[in-house]
Amino acid sequence: MTSTTELHKDQATSSSNDRFIQGVKDCVPTLLGYISIGLAFGVVGSASGLSVLEIALLTILIYAGSAQFIFCALLLTSSPASAIIVTIFVVNLRHLLMSLTLAPHFTRYSMLRNVGFGTLLTDETFGVAVTKQMQTGKLYGKWMDGLNLTAYIFWILSCVSGAFLGQWVANPEQWGLDFALVAMFVALLVLQLSSVGKSKIMHYIKLIGYMAVIMYGLSYIVPSHVAVLLATVIVATIGVVTDK
Amino acid sequence: MTTTAYMVWLIIGCALVTWLPRVIPFIFVRSVTLPDVALKWLSYIPVCILSALVIENLIDTESSKVVTLDWPVFITFVPTLLIALITKSLSITVVAGVIIMAAVRFFM
Repeated sequence: MTSTTELHKDQATSSSNDRFIQGVKDCVPTLLGYISIGLAFGVVGSASGLSVLEIALLTILIYAGSAQFIFCALLLTSSPASAIIVTIFVVNLRHLLMSLTLAPHFTRYSMLRNVGFGTLLTDETFGVAVTKQMQTGKLYGKWMDGLNLTAYIFWILSCVSGAFLGQWVANPEQWGLDFALVAMFVALLVLQLSSVGKSKIMHYIKLIGYMAVIMYGLSYIVPSHVAVLLATVIVATIGVVTDK
Repeated sequence: MTTTAYMVWLIIGCALVTWLPRVIPFIFVRSVTLPDVALKWLSYIPVCILSALVIENLIDTESSKVVTLDWPVFITFVPTLLIALITKSLSITVVAGVIIMAAVRFFM
């Protein structure tokens, strides 16, 4: 991805980076992630008692890996609908920040196209798009559509395939598949921390320490999904207050 | 291939709350700017929520009155974290984590 971009930087920046097909190509490195997590989600979804139709609906309408896994986890603990919706909202609130970061680069496009860019925003497409913006200085609508639609289609196909696969895998826990979710959060956390500058890394590690203590304490008084919400709000606030 | 009206409405509700944060900035970025302190607070959300979700899975709140570590998950977490730190790869970490979890469950 990088070498192709740099090779054509001088003569063809505007003629290739504004094209749909270049967006598709730039999505390819992220596809393994979508496929493995998507398959795992399908299997975990069926193990949580969701039908193939429900898994397809979740995937098409929610289109957010962590939110979909949490949906299953909360369903299994018979959480009320209000708690599920509030938790999913908070879990995906990070997209607000990503959206805020990308949106200024697309103000020249129509409102409808901007709604399209935002609707298909994910952690991975955000990562690819900010990298592209750093390399070439400009983002194009057709390129963004190519990136977004490729990711969306592969995510749906992977999740639905996993749902069919899940009907054959009787007990996904035995195969460690339930851990796919935790492993994904661990990897995303490490990726987040590695993008933080060296000067701030100690601050973040301290915050994770506070998080462990606060989560432990809250676990005695509230259900774990509420603990996640409260601890996040508390620790993010500590982060702002102790920021230098 | 079935579902219930409750499930469809629940999914639509979740879809709406995941869709709004994604599109609102794209719609309003021209006219509204968030204060710096709000942006700073939001910048801490990814690390906070991800670590909270990891920790939630590491602790066992059900087996006894005292909250303890969920040992099989914790034993899997340590090498998985190392693999994530070394490879910085989402897919490798997930595949390795699943394999280690399966091995731990097999032997414990």
